Amino acid sequence: MTDALHTDRVRFTRGRRLIIDDVDCTVPGGRVGALLGPNGAGKSTLLHLIAGIERADAGTARLGDRDLAALRRRDRARVVALAEQEVTDAPGLRVAEVVALGRTPYVGAFAGPGDLDRAIVRRCLEDAGLTELEDRDYATLSGGERQRVNLARALAQEPELLLLDEPTNHLDVHAQLTMLGLLRELAHGGLTVLAALHDLSLAAGYADHVIVLAEGRVVAAGEPGAVLTPELIRRVWGVEASVLEHPVNGRPLIAFSEVARGGRMSRADTADAADAVEAVAAGAAEA
Amino acid sequence: MTARTGASDLSSRQAPVLPTRDGARTAAWTVGLGVLLAASVVIAVTIGPAGLSPADVWASVLAHLGIGEPTLSPLRDGIVWELRMPRVLSAAAVGAGLALCGAVMQALTRNPLADPYLLGLSSGASVGAVIVIVLGAGLVLPFAAFAGALVALVATLGLANAAGALTPTRTVLAGLAVSAVFGAITSLVIFWSATGDSYREILNWLLGSLAGTDWTSVAIAGGAVIVIGVPLLASARTLDAFAFGDTAAAALGVHVGRSRALLLTGTALLTGALVAVSGSIGFVGLILPHAVRFLIGARHRALLPLSALAGALFLVWADTGARTLFDPRELPVGILTALVGGPVFAVLMLRNRGLA
Repeated sequence: MTDALHTDRVRFTRGRRLIIDDVDCTVPGGRVGALLGPNGAGKSTLLHLIAGIERADAGTARLGDRDLAALRRRDRARVVALAEQEVTDAPGLRVAEVVALGRTPYVGAFAGPGDLDRAIVRRCLEDAGLTELEDRDYATLSGGERQRVNLARALAQEPELLLLDEPTNHLDVHAQLTMLGLLRELAHGGLTVLAALHDLSLAAGYADHVIVLAEGRVVAAGEPGAVLTPELIRRVWGVEASVLEHPVNGRPLIAFSEVARGGRMSRADTADAADAVEAVAAGAAEA
Repeated sequence: MTARTGASDLSSRQAPVLPTRDGARTAAWTVGLGVLLAASVVIAVTIGPAGLSPADVWASVLAHLGIGEPTLSPLRDGIVWELRMPRVLSAAAVGAGLALCGAVMQALTRNPLADPYLLGLSSGASVGAVIVIVLGAGLVLPFAAFAGALVALVATLGLANAAGALTPTRTVLAGLAVSAVFGAITSLVIFWSATGDSYREILNWLLGSLAGTDWTSVAIAGGAVIVIGVPLLASARTLDAFAFGDTAAAALGVHVGRSRALLLTGTALLTGALVAVSGSIGFVGLILPHAVRFLIGARHRALLPLSALAGALFLVWADTGARTLFDPRELPVGILTALVGGPVFAVLMLRNRGLA
């Protein structure tokens, strides 16, 4: 049984600005969760807090009954992996070497990587469809290939929880669907996945569970069909949208029409919305 | 496709993923460079105004190690054992240490132009060393140099950071400013104390020179390379993890702040010991790690030891040139390293056009 991710009243300030404000959210074990929200909503920060890269001022993130912040760094890196959006150049490193970095939390200071490590790197290269690229210089890869390498590196950590920051950014449609299909397969294989995504229709098409963040607060969470309503999209993103049914898979399909008059919700609105979330989430869970 | 990678069916896949192949290649390079270095040390000792053969050098070394009978005249033996051998070994140790420092700093600051000389550590160390020499406290020399290097490092990174994001260009500019100030202080202190040939002494500190090195120098530089080099080698995987930046390193379980502080302090300590022996020799830490990276890639388990060997080899020959090219006058060896290093710096700048 795969453990679920729960955050409980997670709060984080940078300088004097409140970035994450009492966030409670859940991703069921072995499912794909999508973290949605406009730019600056705090999606990346929340992922960093869960991964233990930044320390929350208050609140906890738990995987099953393990408090992630209480784990030692190395132990945490064996449980949680983060595939970043940033695809900075890593001069001189080949694809297989980059993926092998994922073994960092397992390998000792003087010992080299063992047969098991090599086998795991090979498997992760295969899983991410990178076998043919393993000898290529990372710097020469396309954006989609780099995203796949970042994913493979995270998988080499053999995590139970996989966090991804905008894994479909800068990818063409084929690469986007490949990436999200891969995440769904990984989740079915027993991994709990939480990905920050921009594209609402992609999220609705692939995620089992969506969490909508605005101004550092959770304003809605639950099944995509229950959460992604025209009303919510108008309030959070400030655009008019119709939610249709996908003609092939029956999932929600979001068609944007125009920028909403009256603009986005303010911080005061998010507070009200956050109060309403629990009711929505509870309803979605029962349904 | 199986998502969770477990140990279950791994035995069926004998995966020849590259680390094995690379391991053999690294071993071959290590042995090759090691042999080349040993041979170079012996040959470099034979070069100089008094003609000696490699056999003479071996005879002297063996006699002093208590293995063979002394066959050389005391005068020639003294040239080998008291003059040239300590100088060549000091060059090797200083070269190895500088190359190690450069490789580590390049990884930690994610800056291809990082080097103890360019970031001002060497001039900071010179100030510390010169002040102690003027005050006449010889034993604390390496530690004073370390303190100077550390102050310079903090000043450079602090200045670059205060000016905005810690980009390679800003860091190098800040290093230039810090170098200028510490270089001037070094010159002032020497001038103020004014004993003997102060111009020459200033040149030796600012440009670096191995003239006058003895077995104590070998012990200081060589000891520092071993004592600090080993923990640096043990940090190879941590340095690898910095390749994708701080966030990625933290996600891989690295304690980013503590590791960076510890490792940079290590490079300051090593730089201090080296500068105490040789003054600030530039560009060795820049050139050699890049050359090695070009040949065998960027993984630090291979990069660090090979950079050290290549740095030793490079400085042994650069110093041999420095003491023989204009014989009987001596060139500060830093002039020769700069002659090679300046163009390398230019090439790196052109290759990293996107460098901010």
